[in-house]
Amino acid sequence: MLRRIREMLKKEFIQMLRDKRMRFVLVGPPLIQLIVFGYAANFDIRHIKVGVYDLDQSALSRGLLARFERSGYFDLVRRVADEKEIAPLLDRRDVTAVIQINHRFEADLKSMKSAQVQLILDGTDSNTASVVLTYSNAILGDFAEETLRDRLMHVDAVLASYRPKVVIEQRAWFNPNLESRPYFVPGIIATLVLIVTMSLTAMAVVREREVGTLEQLMVTPIRPIELIIGKTVPFAVVGLLDAALIALLGVLWFDVPMTGNPLVLLLGAVLYLLSTLGLGLFLSTISATQQQSMLVSFFFTMPVMLLSGFTFPISSMPVWIQYLTYLNPLRYFLIVIRGVFLRGSGVVDLWPQLAAMALLGVVMMGLSALRFKKRIE
Amino acid sequence: MADRSGSAVSLTRLLAIARKEFIQLYRDPNSLAIIFVMPLLLLLLFGYAVTLDIKEVRVAVYDRDRSEKSRDFIHRFAQSSYFRMAADAQDYKALTRLINLREAQVGLVIPNDFSRSLDSGRSTAVQVLLDGSDANTANIILGYTRAVVQGYSQSVLFDYLGHQGITDRRLPVELRPRVWFNEELESKNYIVPGLIALIMAVIGALLTSLTIAREWERGTMEQLVATPVHKLELIIGKLIPYYLLAILDVAVAMGVGVLVFQVPFRGSLPVFFLLSSLFLFVVLGQGFLISVIAKNQMLANQMALISTFLPAFLLSGFMFSIANMPVVLRGITMLVPARHFVTILHGLFLKGIGLGVLWPEMAALLLFVTVIGALAHRRFSKTIT
Repeated sequence: MLRRIREMLKKEFIQMLRDKRMRFVLVGPPLIQLIVFGYAANFDIRHIKVGVYDLDQSALSRGLLARFERSGYFDLVRRVADEKEIAPLLDRRDVTAVIQINHRFEADLKSMKSAQVQLILDGTDSNTASVVLTYSNAILGDFAEETLRDRLMHVDAVLASYRPKVVIEQRAWFNPNLESRPYFVPGIIATLVLIVTMSLTAMAVVREREVGTLEQLMVTPIRPIELIIGKTVPFAVVGLLDAALIALLGVLWFDVPMTGNPLVLLLGAVLYLLSTLGLGLFLSTISATQQQSMLVSFFFTMPVMLLSGFTFPISSMPVWIQYLTYLNPLRYFLIVIRGVFLRGSGVVDLWPQLAAMALLGVVMMGLSALRFKKRIE
Repeated sequence: MADRSGSAVSLTRLLAIARKEFIQLYRDPNSLAIIFVMPLLLLLLFGYAVTLDIKEVRVAVYDRDRSEKSRDFIHRFAQSSYFRMAADAQDYKALTRLINLREAQVGLVIPNDFSRSLDSGRSTAVQVLLDGSDANTANIILGYTRAVVQGYSQSVLFDYLGHQGITDRRLPVELRPRVWFNEELESKNYIVPGLIALIMAVIGALLTSLTIAREWERGTMEQLVATPVHKLELIIGKLIPYYLLAILDVAVAMGVGVLVFQVPFRGSLPVFFLLSSLFLFVVLGQGFLISVIAKNQMLANQMALISTFLPAFLLSGFMFSIANMPVVLRGITMLVPARHFVTILHGLFLKGIGLGVLWPEMAALLLFVTVIGALAHRRFSKTIT
């Protein structure tokens, strides 16, 4: 039996690596994805383009605007001279927001009156817009407090020296600078392993059926279980190699910290592969042609990716979808992979995820193997 | 071949090709189901699931002061709709554990001199502990926290001034935000139009790339070429049925966006269909081009996915803001058709702008159609002769 498996594996590896384009498909897309993802996947919001409609043109208004510029979050790229210019600027996305400071801003502040600053904000991209709102509120809040203190200084110097205030001492664990790249790059490993193993396994099996060589294999003394091992192991190996390559590049090129033990990652990856290969095998049993297997695997890939917490937080999803994500192996592997990379987690912290993946993997692989066996018999 | 290519394009032959393609499609219920069910299912699923809104952040507090003031401070978090009190930690270690187990998303440590400092007019520091691994979520939570703390801080200051005889509780400066286009800042209004572009980019290219690659693999393409069909007729005739199906998909998707997800549509419908058609020609043509180059279903599929899904997902502005990308990448996004379509859809749905503003995007799509058409035409004749 072992000898047959060995021969089968040899044949599969030769078949997989013979085609030049196939060799590219195994390595090229993962690399391209890593590079594009590494640079593009970024939620860090800096240098927001802002227009300025300063009707006051006073020392105080310029001081306030300088605070916006100094914060590093805003680039004051446009000066607006007329209210009519604001709408086209936002329509064309030349700026994300316009700060409007009205006449008498300085005069009001100096005469102890209250002044207002308008922020006209493009809300289309709600994520960016709420960040802009937060930053602007913080800048203006500081400005308001200092103005208040200046006023008190005029009234009573002793009073002004008292400043009851709650300040925030912020500690972000695992990623002190709150950069999004260390969060996304490890995630790419998980999604790529899914794509490589699931869709290629499905396609490889279906192709063999389409060409008719599956029947030929069947008349040989190979048993179904040996056939399944032969069909899945090569892609598992490629998937693991891809994962290692991306992990290495992520650490060396994108400076993602690797704080945990890579062996935990390997363990997680192997358990995860059980599910993805099982899925691939399953897809091969429900599709008759390569075309169908591709469409079906795409149909599976997208929800698995988007409903995993890879880019969108699971806790914000509707409850019934949150339950659905418990069936998603990627959900668990992402926690494992991010845990190992960023939090330095070990098996002690990650055992629920590892156990869930093992369970899912055994069930998926088992059911698919049964179905596969039935179909070829 | 040469004598035919000079002859004029005949509408009869073109329509005959289109009819043949229709019949073929009609006989293939699997593909039809995929064409109609898949986009709708994906849109519905993701429209509900995919959101960047962060609400009800779970807070855990370790209150070392246990005074009236500190309770008031905590109460402000409980009152805010953004936060939900998850747990009361008895010590620092318990707080750490809550965050590590993700039972709390943010932890507050109130120092034991909290009320004493504030009462005597000094500042006090509240520790805010966050799990930073998801930087975006952490940043947003930090922003919410800052807002609550700032509000509390201000009211303490005014209370203090009140004791000193200054009763004016107004801040000298206030920010008056006016949010345009997406007044409630709901991420679905941003994501649903982007999803339509993403799904159509992939479906469009997959559709044509696969059906034509199949024709190559089975050898029926050679048979078609041997008939007196002009290659332009062949290309257009093959695209027409897919275009009609795809534009139907777009219409349905838009209906779902407006009726189910309540995304406002403020632009003009003719402009919407004009620009959608243009975009569909680009992606269908892209699929055609891929199939001519690949001539093999497996490769065609990989190329279609890599050249459509990934760019449409990452480089279209659907998820990640293009303005944040490095300059080189920003340049590359100009070559992604979905990027222009995402801009168009956001403009039409939310901003209600027309061709007066969207003409650069329209010009870009026209350019893509021309280039892809020319390339497909050239590659096609090369591969046949």
